Amino acid sequence: MDIAVCIKRVPLLGSAIVLTADNMAIDTSKVGFGLSPHEECAVEAAVKLVEENGGSVTLINIGHIDGEEQIREQMAIGADRAILIDTNGAEPDPQAAATALADAISSDDTNFDLVLMGSESADYGGSQTGIRVAHKLGLPVVTSVKGLKIDSGIATCERAVGSTREVYTVPLPAVITVKDGLNIPRYASVPGRMKARKKPVDIKQVSFAGSRITTKQLVVPVQEAKGATNLGTGAEAADALVEVMKQIGVLS
Amino acid sequence: MILVYAEHDRGELDPVTLQAISAAKALDADVQAVVVGHGAKDVAAELAAFGAVSVHVGNHPELLDFTPRAHARAVNALVTANSPRAVIAGGTPRGNEVLGHLAAMRDEPFASECVSIELASGDTAEIVRARWGGNLLDEATVTSSLLIATVQAHAFAATSADAPLSVSEFDVELADGDVLVRVEDRVGSSAGGVGLAEAKVVVSGGRGMDGPDAFVMLEEIAGVIGGAVGCSRVVTSAGWRPHAEQVGQTGTKVAPDLYLACGISGATQHIAGCKSAKTLIAINTDSQAPIMGFADYMVVDNVHTFLPLFIEKLKAASN
Amino acid sequence: MSDLPSSAKAVIIGAGIVGNSVAFHLADLGWRDLVQVDKGPLPNPGGSTGHASNFIFPTDHGKEITQLTADSVRQYREMGVFTECGGIEVARTPERVQELHRRMASAKSFEIEDTEIITPARVKELVPFIDESVILAGFYTPSVGVVDSLRAGTIMREKAMALNALTVSANTEVLDIEVTNGKVSGVVTDKGTIKTECVVIACGCWSPKIAAMAGASIPLTPAVHQMKDIGPVPEFADAKGDIEYPIVRDMDTNMYERQHGTGLEVGSYAHRPILHDVDEIPSNAEAALSPTEMPFTQKDFDLQDEHSYELMPQIIGNESVGQKYAINGLLSLTPDGMPILGETPEVKGLWSAAAVWIKEGPGVGRMMAQWMVLGEPEIDLHQSNVARFYDHHKTRTHIRARTSEGFNKTYGIVHPAEQWDSNRNVRLSPYYEREKALGAVFYEGVGWERPFWYEVNAPLVEKFGDAVMPRTAEWESRWWSPIINAEHLQMRETAGLVDLSAFAIFDVTGPSALDVVQRAALRQMDVAVGKVIYTPVLKPNGGYQSDLTIMRLGHDHFRVVTGGAHGMADLKWFRDHLPADGTASVSDLTSAMSTIGIWGPNARKIMEKITSADMSHEGFPFGTCRIIEIGTQRVLASRISYVGDLGWELYIPAEQGAKLWDAVWDAGQEFGLIPVGIGVYGTTGRLEKGYRAYGAELDSEYTVLEAGMAMKKVKDQDFTGKAAHLRHRDEPVVAHMCGLTITDHASSTGEKRYPLGGEPILTKDGQPITDAKGRRSFATSAGSAPSLGKHIIMAYLPPEYAVEGTELLVEYMGEHYPVVVERTGIAGLFDPTNERIMA
Repeated sequence: MDIAVCIKRVPLLGSAIVLTADNMAIDTSKVGFGLSPHEECAVEAAVKLVEENGGSVTLINIGHIDGEEQIREQMAIGADRAILIDTNGAEPDPQAAATALADAISSDDTNFDLVLMGSESADYGGSQTGIRVAHKLGLPVVTSVKGLKIDSGIATCERAVGSTREVYTVPLPAVITVKDGLNIPRYASVPGRMKARKKPVDIKQVSFAGSRITTKQLVVPVQEAKGATNLGTGAEAADALVEVMKQIGVLS
Repeated sequence: MILVYAEHDRGELDPVTLQAISAAKALDADVQAVVVGHGAKDVAAELAAFGAVSVHVGNHPELLDFTPRAHARAVNALVTANSPRAVIAGGTPRGNEVLGHLAAMRDEPFASECVSIELASGDTAEIVRARWGGNLLDEATVTSSLLIATVQAHAFAATSADAPLSVSEFDVELADGDVLVRVEDRVGSSAGGVGLAEAKVVVSGGRGMDGPDAFVMLEEIAGVIGGAVGCSRVVTSAGWRPHAEQVGQTGTKVAPDLYLACGISGATQHIAGCKSAKTLIAINTDSQAPIMGFADYMVVDNVHTFLPLFIEKLKAASN
Repeated sequence: MSDLPSSAKAVIIGAGIVGNSVAFHLADLGWRDLVQVDKGPLPNPGGSTGHASNFIFPTDHGKEITQLTADSVRQYREMGVFTECGGIEVARTPERVQELHRRMASAKSFEIEDTEIITPARVKELVPFIDESVILAGFYTPSVGVVDSLRAGTIMREKAMALNALTVSANTEVLDIEVTNGKVSGVVTDKGTIKTECVVIACGCWSPKIAAMAGASIPLTPAVHQMKDIGPVPEFADAKGDIEYPIVRDMDTNMYERQHGTGLEVGSYAHRPILHDVDEIPSNAEAALSPTEMPFTQKDFDLQDEHSYELMPQIIGNESVGQKYAINGLLSLTPDGMPILGETPEVKGLWSAAAVWIKEGPGVGRMMAQWMVLGEPEIDLHQSNVARFYDHHKTRTHIRARTSEGFNKTYGIVHPAEQWDSNRNVRLSPYYEREKALGAVFYEGVGWERPFWYEVNAPLVEKFGDAVMPRTAEWESRWWSPIINAEHLQMRETAGLVDLSAFAIFDVTGPSALDVVQRAALRQMDVAVGKVIYTPVLKPNGGYQSDLTIMRLGHDHFRVVTGGAHGMADLKWFRDHLPADGTASVSDLTSAMSTIGIWGPNARKIMEKITSADMSHEGFPFGTCRIIEIGTQRVLASRISYVGDLGWELYIPAEQGAKLWDAVWDAGQEFGLIPVGIGVYGTTGRLEKGYRAYGAELDSEYTVLEAGMAMKKVKDQDFTGKAAHLRHRDEPVVAHMCGLTITDHASSTGEKRYPLGGEPILTKDGQPITDAKGRRSFATSAGSAPSLGKHIIMAYLPPEYAVEGTELLVEYMGEHYPVVVERTGIAGLFDPTNERIMA
């Protein structure tokens, strides 16, 4: 089974977001980068499927050329090759990203049986790129998947809704977008990293037209300081906490 | 006219849809709803009660349970026929999915998870959408004669605005493959006991629990007051608890009456999942931990020493 | 939350291992009303302590660090946070095996017990998951251990609070430090202002920023040390504690590996130097982990992955063992690799306790507290003194250049005379071009380029033949030339010209000038104008702060001349002795004046050729100075000697230096004058004469009596350290500075070996020697004595061994060499009656 996994380099943030002086981007000078958790699960799922069924995992990353760092990281857990679509530092919107990803997938020598993506990126959170890719490729798409089994060319997908799970089946080839919790991604081993350094990365250039959703500025919402009431510590606080729970009606 | 895609599950309307209607009403009095699938008609009255002046019910023998692309096809037909200024839905997995399909079909931009929408003159709309699970807001201009947007859950209040019930049914014309992906079955409960997303009380643990063992205490508390156990991403990454219990941007978003955060510092990713709680109580050794900024009450103590004390008192109080 | 006190006896900024330790020890020594603030939360505020590897190897080649580490280990053990696990430094190369033997010797010199050199097979026994085929030997220290530094910090804070001495305010950011008339007056925080006259900066890699608020400088840079934690390791599945296997330092790859629970932690000092500016460190809120756990950059670690794989293929090569955690951890690097401790020279009451590793933390805290409360620490900290820096040392360019160069030497084999490559040619004497033309080989001292020897003198090596004591072993030939010894011998025959521009020179002037120097100096300073006094300068405990010369140039005018290395600390020392009423002042002339020395039997003839002044022994007695005219120049000539021959130091305004050099040089040609380097001045010349050097023989841990430098009587006037000195005179002396020589240089291979200093002195049956104060005997200095044809070792010995003729051993590179005590008093081995100087 040949699987393409679309991944995106995103900053790894702490508890505060700091913006650049023009408020047009997150100041990433002091932070590291990684993948959205959803996408880590997508890569893990792909690697596991190929371990079980044979085939290959191709990573496709669109964005900054430094995304190679994230590509190597995922190659270290088992992806075989990668296509890095270099945007020359520009941030594509979902339409542009989907176009470039679909082009890369359809023009590749490999006929992919499955395209895995995250249900939405951690940073932009548009919840649409996977769907757009599917439309461009003429493939069915199942989104927000938290359970995935593939048997005889049919993918059985589970999606969490409240406390139950919906079941979808879809014949391959298909696009499936997944959510964190699909699996627990493995950590890369040192031999994995050493192998990853030698795996091929094809770099493509892409340019795209201006977006029809243009950011005027980013704003970090002002945290309404709730002015938490301090219940203190120890036994005294335990009593106070019980009282509060009675007051708000969770304890009768 | 603004068209709202009404999301329901076998006849039960999703509450965010009502928020979407209210958001749309603020832009244009002429808000119409489209609803598709088994049980669609059952929700029409409620849609009208919140202000939908017209409810379009799409029918097709094959459309029973949720079928995302087919729903988008139905919405698309109405868009083509009626040229609404905007299509709005609730910012839920289904709402985002259906409008994602719609946007892809029409090759239009799609602004998901909006917290503010203003229609400007001409083809532009000024929106504010949530990024990073709501920890960052993107003030943007959308240029399109058709604005496609979803509204973030809880960003708009649903207010009733009695409109006379006006239902019109239409047949949905499907394209190849539109029903390929649909809900075929439903299985078990994912959390066991009280579902995390619906729980009135969530007792949640983080890095400060120092390992899986201490979660026994959280289970005990949840048991006494009928709540669910949750946790932060650190906890599931470490394998201390199953992912189904993760609260956060990439886990479950909860809005319980009480969120009891034990040993959780409050990373961006976690806050995104719990800040809608009515009351948030945090137990942490650090009174300045980020979570305290969202808390209504704080206990500045170590969970390992405090929780046993608390459990004793809690049990006494509940007996 | 504004429970911050409005005033305090002292404010400690920082709640890492250092700040906590300073707070506790200040409380322990009786200070109260202490306030400790940190911008982060407790117990882990997010500094380097929070992510440190926390292991401690006790051996260092330096005494100061070794003592701080030993004191820290003692404290960690007392607090119950020390887990002994043993540690092995492994060698992959023959050169490293030699270095491990050198470390064995340092362990003995500084009293670290039970160390041994072990075979690869023995290493494998101790660390079963190692591939012993890639190593040649191991240096095993059973007392290596791991500490819980965060717990230790909490314990120390709590102890201080239990004494009602300390208020702790976490999440409190310092915004400014108020300074009034050169003294600290307050600390401004985001939670209020605290009035105080004493502030301790224990802020790790943030220290420069905090110091700058007060206008002071703490020259360090935040730098990355990469580490990763892999696991779970099947071999450690049953591990019960934090650590059960010895820690391995893979010295040749600049890495370490340690078991940590079920994981293996791999750390590196091998990657490219990754330096940050303080402003590049994220805040606690911005950081994904903590501010000093910066994002890991894997490509800097690629080579290290392979190196760790080579050493531990069984674990590292296991594909199921994943990388759970990896960081670019920040630590503090200084341009010379030493901590930055003490009161800043810029601001009174502002103390630095920065650039300290976990292994030194508690010891540094205790020493800082002693320094602040009692006026001095019991461990001599001159190499760590914040006052040691010259201006150029404080520049970003210098700090970054030297830390970049030094980083990869963390586990390096660093020769004691090793020179820095980076940021050279900072301070050039007026003679520099002339020296270069003579083939000077320059060594750097505090920025000065100093000729160590001159290639133009190479023919003299042939002339003197075996008398230059040629060396064949690579180690002691490195950073050395037989030309040094040839210059020495020629100077003794004719005369040598020495560039002494690196001297630190400062004038004490004003009506109270005499009082100032009198209080600073052991010797009587109320002497006739024109006298030159060589004197110890004592700390309150009667140990050495310095030794230096003071010239009385006028009734109210004294000129202090001291070694460049220690010059800035001495400058602060004298400034600290100034009266508050402004009736005396100290002015730094270091850069205004330059100095040359001319010594040798022909020195007088040369001088007489260029000056009409009376240079005769009677007309210009030893120990006097005066202005003489040389052509158009007025030169301050001072008749003293540090090399054991007749001659003068000549002081001249720097811009006139070259002309003076030319005059002396030209006149000297017919008398066989040669240029002579610092190799002679600093080593061979002084060692033959038994002259003690500050920082080698002399420091605050030894008394004037032990150094053999006591005067017959003590002056009536008060001076710093007088009470202690008087007490020392009444006590039995438990160690004596002695001159030893090696009687047989042949190693087991027959090659002649020459120790370079630092080696342990052992009894004839190979046992270490410890004096009644618990101090080990070791070579404080070692070097050639060409005029004697011998290799001299200076060492403190207990009285029973400090007997001329006693036969002992010195351990060098794993072998023992016989030595004999040749001199127990102050007199030199060469010309003990000083006939040459007094000629």
